[in-house]
Amino acid sequence: MTEQKLHRRARPGAELLIRSAHVLDPRAELDEPRDILIRGGRIAELAATGSLPPPDDGEVFDATGKHAFPGFVDPHVHLRTPGQEYKEDLESGTAAAAAGGFCAVIAMPNTDPVVDDGSILGSLAGRASREARVPVGFLASITRGLAGEELTEMAELADEGALGFTDDGRPVVSAGMLRKALQYQRLCGGVIALHEEDPALSREGVMHEGAVSARLGLTGIPSVSESTMIARDAALAGYEEARVHFQHLSAAESVEALERAKQAGIRVTGEVTPHHLTLTDDVVRTLDSRFKMNPPLRTDTDRRALIAGLRTGVIDCIATDHAPHARHEKEVPFEQAAMGTTGLETAFGALFTELVLPGALDLAVVVERLSAGAEIFALPTPRIVPDEPANLVVVDLDACFEVGAHGYASRSQNCAFHGRTLHGRVLMTLAAGTVAFRERMLVEAAPAR
Amino acid sequence: MTGSRIGPHLISIDDLDRAGIERILDTAESFAEVSGRDIKKVPALRGKTVVNLFYEASTRTSSSFELAAKRLSADVVSIRSTGSSVDKGESLKDTVQTLSAYDPAAIVIRSPHAGAAQLVAGWTSAAVINAGDGKHEHPTQALLDAFTLRRRLGSLDDANIWIVGDVLHSRVARSNILALRRMGARVTVCGPPTLIPRGIEALGCEATPSLERLHEADVVYVLRMQSERMHESYVPSLREYAERYQINASRLRPGQLLMHPGPVNRGVELSADAIDSPQTLIGDQVKAGVAVRMAVLYELLVGTPLLAVVA
Repeated sequence: MTEQKLHRRARPGAELLIRSAHVLDPRAELDEPRDILIRGGRIAELAATGSLPPPDDGEVFDATGKHAFPGFVDPHVHLRTPGQEYKEDLESGTAAAAAGGFCAVIAMPNTDPVVDDGSILGSLAGRASREARVPVGFLASITRGLAGEELTEMAELADEGALGFTDDGRPVVSAGMLRKALQYQRLCGGVIALHEEDPALSREGVMHEGAVSARLGLTGIPSVSESTMIARDAALAGYEEARVHFQHLSAAESVEALERAKQAGIRVTGEVTPHHLTLTDDVVRTLDSRFKMNPPLRTDTDRRALIAGLRTGVIDCIATDHAPHARHEKEVPFEQAAMGTTGLETAFGALFTELVLPGALDLAVVVERLSAGAEIFALPTPRIVPDEPANLVVVDLDACFEVGAHGYASRSQNCAFHGRTLHGRVLMTLAAGTVAFRERMLVEAAPAR
Repeated sequence: MTGSRIGPHLISIDDLDRAGIERILDTAESFAEVSGRDIKKVPALRGKTVVNLFYEASTRTSSSFELAAKRLSADVVSIRSTGSSVDKGESLKDTVQTLSAYDPAAIVIRSPHAGAAQLVAGWTSAAVINAGDGKHEHPTQALLDAFTLRRRLGSLDDANIWIVGDVLHSRVARSNILALRRMGARVTVCGPPTLIPRGIEALGCEATPSLERLHEADVVYVLRMQSERMHESYVPSLREYAERYQINASRLRPGQLLMHPGPVNRGVELSADAIDSPQTLIGDQVKAGVAVRMAVLYELLVGTPLLAVVA
């Protein structure tokens, strides 16, 4: 329905038979081996293994022992375009997405210039339709220049294809300003996504406030900096009957605030990142700037609350907050380093290795939450059922890889999981009907044709 | 004493166990003797270069590192951020790699940012000594404080030490809590609740906003109170701070030892009568600075038993 709000380079639909993949699509209640026949980029047939003949002129991919999931959808990435292409561009960012199994991503507007104007959004969409490997949607900013002072032309931006609005990277500090945006949402639609942080509390903070920040002498960002703003903005959303989405939850108190808002019937959703689900502030003891991000990594108590929230559905979806930065922006002392970690290429591996294998979350929950961001932004949810466009990922759960050992598809290397060995390697990603990624070993091993 | 070096670098007190600290203090005792001679020089680091890289104003730390290296006969290059390429926007990494081309044996670095010394260690083959990184650590200050106290008390085991003042912004406090704990002392930090970092107890100390039990302390270690903290509203006024937390003759019990890392704000965290009382070790701390920094340089760069060097 909103296909025109996603943009990517046009390519012919795949002709492909995926043989004997173990298909896990929790929404379709499918959890068994299947042959998947893809014709013209659509799932043509799903049948018992070995029962489908290969398509004429098509490829056969033997996925015996491998898994196929609905393609992941990331509602929160920074593609740094326009203006910061030295960190990432639409091509490299969507290549990273495809390498991580994502079949669609939503880019944040905190670029240079900010996506706060219909013409900027229009030209960005045009670039995406030439450069993007997987479909990209865009959020526009809530306030001009992210300054928190004047609303953008939200209705025009919505007409130009903005999936919603966010000042991500910054909170909307003024409750009055946010309230106007929530009121205006009745006219323009679109989800309002909020980066929650009270700057009076977070100040110049560079990490979570607690025992580790006390040890390191780093200024801390207290958990309540986030949770008090979630509580405030949930109350505003309730009052205005608006629809808001809370980005990158990091604290146990925030999960509680989100749960209370949902129980009160307010239309709120929330997301959490793989790094907040798998790492704690303890890793910051190394003072390695790869672990500097906003919101910061918090304690194990917070991490467990986030996992529980994701399991029960209080937190709706997983988002990577993929935030590439150039080396020179990270090769500086911790306090001076840019905030953010890349995450697209490691999301599934990190979650599978750190949460599914130890038994903290079921594989089906992780798979479902990795594409649940689509519905929040009114995009079609990828499903492995006949007649749907092929949006799926083939993963070898038994295969390991060392993060960064062979470089990154992203233009940047600031990955919090760098050097870790992760299980669950993405072998192939189909996005909107085309093969967007093929694991390098497969490319090398592929017979000439 | 083994013949090996104490480590490749001195970034944090966490790099040292108790034996390592004791060894540096023992070596410092020998060098303290050298500092009493007419010719205050030993040839231990002859032909070696020590670079002092200071990104923050410093009087006693930079001068004592420079003297320490010179008394060990090293060639010394001292660089301050003002008037150098740092002023022209050169990154820390480029500066360090440039200086490393001179093949220094050691780089002493002071930076306003936590973790700077550790980063430098990754960019050079020289031994790196942290002379203060942000609010994180100042390990040689803690070592000279431990040296001063061990000389006076004989042992730090079970000594009751109170650190009073702005702990939040103090790298001296952090390194001292770690070093003093490691040497067997009990540590209590005390100050306005706005200046005691949440979670500081995890370093193995007690924290209290009240001076009520100060009389239990054997040593009162007073931190510098910077006037900008008042403008940032960490304290409502220096007057109220002084009234509640100033260590003066009426608060100092006879027999308690008084320390301060300097420079002192007279009349704020310390009264003049306290500074000038015979209980103060502030002068001893300054004197210990050279001997302890000689010991750190020696133990990082040479590490063989000392007798031949100081004889």
